[in-house]
Amino acid sequence: MAESQIKSYNINFGPQHPAAHGVLRLILEMSGEVVDRADPHIGLLHRGTEKLIEHKIYTQATPYFDRLDYVGTMNQEHAFVLAAEKLLGVTVPLRGQYIRVLYCEMGRILNHLLNICAFVFDVGGMTPMLWGFEEREKLMEFYERACGARLHANYFRVGGVAQDLPAGLLEDIDVWCDQFPQVVDDIETLVTENRIFKQRTVDIGTVTAEQALDWGFTGPNLRASGIAWDLRKSQPYEVYDRMEFDVPVGKVGDCYDRYLIRMIEMRESIKIMKQCIREMPAGPVKTDDRKISPPPRAEMKKSMEALIHHFKLFTEGFHVPEGEVYAAVEAPKGEFAVYLIADGTNKPYRCKIRPPGYVHLQALDMMSKGHMLADVVANIGSIDIVFGEIDR
Amino acid sequence: MTQVLKDLGDYIAAALPNDVLSSEVNRVGELTLVVRTPSIVKMLTFLRDDSGCLFKQLVDLCGVDWPSREDRFDVVYHLLSLKHNQRVRVKVATDEETPVPSVVGVFSAAGWFEREAWDMFGIIFSDNPDLRRLLTDYGFEGHPLRKDFPLTGHVELRYDDEQKRCVYEPVKLVQDFRSFDFLSPWEGQTLPGDEKAEGSR
Repeated sequence: MAESQIKSYNINFGPQHPAAHGVLRLILEMSGEVVDRADPHIGLLHRGTEKLIEHKIYTQATPYFDRLDYVGTMNQEHAFVLAAEKLLGVTVPLRGQYIRVLYCEMGRILNHLLNICAFVFDVGGMTPMLWGFEEREKLMEFYERACGARLHANYFRVGGVAQDLPAGLLEDIDVWCDQFPQVVDDIETLVTENRIFKQRTVDIGTVTAEQALDWGFTGPNLRASGIAWDLRKSQPYEVYDRMEFDVPVGKVGDCYDRYLIRMIEMRESIKIMKQCIREMPAGPVKTDDRKISPPPRAEMKKSMEALIHHFKLFTEGFHVPEGEVYAAVEAPKGEFAVYLIADGTNKPYRCKIRPPGYVHLQALDMMSKGHMLADVVANIGSIDIVFGEIDR
Repeated sequence: MTQVLKDLGDYIAAALPNDVLSSEVNRVGELTLVVRTPSIVKMLTFLRDDSGCLFKQLVDLCGVDWPSREDRFDVVYHLLSLKHNQRVRVKVATDEETPVPSVVGVFSAAGWFEREAWDMFGIIFSDNPDLRRLLTDYGFEGHPLRKDFPLTGHVELRYDDEQKRCVYEPVKLVQDFRSFDFLSPWEGQTLPGDEKAEGSR
């Protein structure tokens, strides 16, 4: 029989593909079933966030951060308010810091639940999706009770958080924290030792420690490659230095490790949330510097000065002294950072957003080279990308 | 911490005296090195490999536009050392025509960041193997994050039912874009007759 020649050809994957996690357009150069090159085309969701922020006062910029990674919203607001606070030199009251940490960990669980369930869905398991979304719904209710919105919270403010938690919320979160590990166990019994899941993920998209550093990996993806690095431990912000939790580290750096890391991180987040609830002090939730945070409404009825402060804050906003700052947080997907340049006015001069998913997606070509087409889907699922933050 | 960073800055400046223009720790405690543009590859290689630095990760690379300057763009690199738990910011300046040497050879992560800086600012990176537009539309013209690019852009896209395709048209605004100047004209300058009051402050 004559040998047949296989010509390489291109496949257009997305932007309307259920496994593309949004609007990823991928040009795949294939030789047979094997991927030679993966060229992601991004930017289909580009909204010019950085440009818009340059034209808005500082308070108006925080809602844009919800719309980046719309899965773990508050973690991103966190980076921006930290940057502005560093430049202003304000300190957040302790209760405000605890609330922020509590809600950031909630955001981490929200994110990991969605990622794990969507990842398992991509490689063929439907059930975790249904179980995970039930829990996400409960978490989003906690979001709603704190700030009035399920997704786009806009809860963090420069100098604290928008308002105090309503009575009874902490107790309800505590009850939820007790029952949630059971759900994680259930998902684990279904997925972790599942033969089909392991066939699809073990030794797929392996990233060594050197590669992970070279390609700028952060967060769970970096830890899966065997590097113990967590900004919450190494460069603690807010009250993370008071929290006791462990940082899971992978051994191989394949898709399966990345899944396991996220699974363990959810359990660690529960630990942090429990500590926050236990240690949460009473007191104010935002700074009492009236040049930065607005006065309470009751005060405005009596005090002329409070009224003026309110008016100035919601028209002109506050002026941030000249300077530049790079503020990074350990967002669920990795290091999310804001590089802020202030020029002394009430608007940022430049606000560069450093999204973790952007960097991880860049490495997709490196991870997928030589793998089968179906493994590209597993890779995309395991690096945890959301297009809101990649395209900005 | 600030002292440690100061020492690190001095150490780097001493190691590469001809390449570092200035080294400074700012008021929020971050080390910034300003480097001559042609030396950026040498600088980042040194920062990555020297045992006193070991900045193994390029976490961020971005452009900044300063239209009033002669070299109007800054390219800002943020590096992270996991070993020493430190961050450093490296800056180079360039204009619209002068290319900045690409650092893809030093950090693979720089590839998309440089594409983005080209897309958003029109900063040219020599030797970048793949300097295409990244975030903007196919066939987009202009560099949106430049300060002289309007917030609304120049064209808008709509589906034309007669031609049965999407068409680009110049932006039509029903109302002018409103940008309020909050910088008070009364602050920062002495009004006639106020000299005495200003002097006593």
